[in-house]
Amino acid sequence: MSIFVDEKTKVIVQGLTGGQGRFHGLRNRDYGTKVVAGVTPGKAGTDVDGIPVYDTVQEAVDKTGADASFVVVPPKAAPDAVRQAAAAGVRIIVSITEGIPMQDEVLLFNELKEKYPDTQLIGPNCPGVISPGKCNIGITAGEIAKPGGPVGIVSRSGTLTYQALYELTQAGIGQTTCVGIGGDPVPGTSFIDCLSRFQADPDTKAVIMIGEIGGSAEEQAAEYIKAEMNKPVVAYIAGVTAPPGKKMGHAGAIISGSSGTAQAKIEALEAAGAKVGQNPTEMADLMREVVARL
Amino acid sequence: MDLFEYQGKQYFARFGIPVSAGGVADSVDEAVNQADKAGYPVVVKAQVQVGGRGKAGGIKLADDADQVREHASNILGMDIKGHVVRRLWIEHASDIDKEYYASFTLDRSEKKLLGMLSSQGGVEIEAVADKSPEAIARIHIDPVEGLSAEATRDWVAKANLDPKAVDGTVDILQKLYKCFVEGDADLVEINPLILTPEGKVHALDAKVTLDDNAAFRHPEWDEFRGLEQLDPRDALAKEKGLQYVGLDGTVGIIANGAGLAMSTCDVVNQVGGSPANFLDIGGGANAEVMANALEVINTDEKVQAIFINIFGGITRGDEVANGIVQALSSVDIRPPIVIRLDGTNAEEGRAILKDTESDRFISKPTMLEAARTAVELAGGTVK
Repeated sequence: MSIFVDEKTKVIVQGLTGGQGRFHGLRNRDYGTKVVAGVTPGKAGTDVDGIPVYDTVQEAVDKTGADASFVVVPPKAAPDAVRQAAAAGVRIIVSITEGIPMQDEVLLFNELKEKYPDTQLIGPNCPGVISPGKCNIGITAGEIAKPGGPVGIVSRSGTLTYQALYELTQAGIGQTTCVGIGGDPVPGTSFIDCLSRFQADPDTKAVIMIGEIGGSAEEQAAEYIKAEMNKPVVAYIAGVTAPPGKKMGHAGAIISGSSGTAQAKIEALEAAGAKVGQNPTEMADLMREVVARL
Repeated sequence: MDLFEYQGKQYFARFGIPVSAGGVADSVDEAVNQADKAGYPVVVKAQVQVGGRGKAGGIKLADDADQVREHASNILGMDIKGHVVRRLWIEHASDIDKEYYASFTLDRSEKKLLGMLSSQGGVEIEAVADKSPEAIARIHIDPVEGLSAEATRDWVAKANLDPKAVDGTVDILQKLYKCFVEGDADLVEINPLILTPEGKVHALDAKVTLDDNAAFRHPEWDEFRGLEQLDPRDALAKEKGLQYVGLDGTVGIIANGAGLAMSTCDVVNQVGGSPANFLDIGGGANAEVMANALEVINTDEKVQAIFINIFGGITRGDEVANGIVQALSSVDIRPPIVIRLDGTNAEEGRAILKDTESDRFISKPTMLEAARTAVELAGGTVK
């Protein structure tokens, strides 16, 4: 099993005719993902390497039965692209777009929650979601993942996610699903959204959680782990040396005042029973030990 | 982008928020000129983007032109916590009856907008939050619904302001919310928001952080640019389009991805060294980007060793290695370099680097080994 996406998931790519959309959309298809349609207004009737393109998400969903969307459009257009997908009944929407204004993002989050509570937005500004061997939506290099579980991964950071996938795969440990929730201030999917699904997924036996400075999502996740999870969690938090008041690359990675520090997050996670690695390699080592004991 | 106080007041004024009459001055003569226009007494205020200006002597009251001259010449050029004062804001001094605090920002844990209002203004709001959290009236706003006049009135009622201040505060908060949302700010803060003996409410200070992601729909922000006080390293990185944050250490850091760059800083620290910077070159890591990154770090005199940490995902290790070799041939780098290359096609990449390796360009297979070598080369003691 896996969470969010699997071998049955049918994906449309919003922005398939653009450079990035084409590149990643076709890579996702090459991986084995069922990429059934593209959407670009005004390009209906054309195709991208055999994938039919439609004018609207509704049309694409009606014709193909797609239940997931990969949004690869610029920040100006991304919120409306997500709205369109949600309105067409798409269940999983992955937005990799970086640079969406905060006011647009918080408005979009609340709108989706109120009008389309069954829609799960992953991102924005995330690498996407991959259930190895089944479905890859986003920019993760599929070849560094290994099918079969037993580890689920949820992460705020792209490259650290790749590193975690790679180290586990090198050690012969497979993954059920790996979700990059993204580094923006108001992500559509939270750590808890993923942890709860991993907890419920029978094939996931242990979870890696990668956080970073800023906000309190890791502390909230720690409370959830303590109260609701019996599967082992191994964590890593980046940004121990980050100075307050500076954005460390991601819009959400900023320590303001005394809140959002790596130390506070590490302490909260340890208090919740999670094992916390001091660096990504130590995190992978800890997970190796956990898996060996399963 | 953080605005200076005077820019924040100009921004406020666009949304109809009352501010004191005043003007900007870059010299003593100009300061006197502005003071004459604003009408005495005036306040001479240092324009720096750091808190604690008043305590540092950067805010002074002046009753006449001679006093303006004296204060302006003292404050211009003054160093306030590492920020040199280049500009003054001169405004008519207000009589103050009460000092309040008002702000809007994003509450990330609630995923809603957050308004804060306090009857205890004029001091750091963090101090108020610590000592008497009940003195801050908070409101969570669903951006879909916005902030109605009625909700604003209920919110203000909870803050126990002077009854004379209520109507004026409700009006200002409605305008401030508009400035926050339509003005695409991450933060708008008025501290203090004052009540005058005549019963008028207005903004005596302005703190505004604009959301750079929204710059595409705000051409008017251009006039605020170019005056930010950047560290020279930050300025060069910005010009080159790199995600760079200057730190104080001796190991220069280049990594692909924000998380990995942060993690690299942490690992250097963990093995006993100190990072000189955070630098994310993004996913691509081609020769040009790498050359730009090396150039920025090369200008940092404190850097004694450079640690390049690349994890190949979609960008393959061999492409990255070729980029680095090309970059090294185009930039003359002072400190020695340690590189860790891992991920997709890492072995092919390391094979390419092998020909370039020397005692000044060392390849290590893991992040920890590479960090230890970099710290050693920087003259540190490895833990």
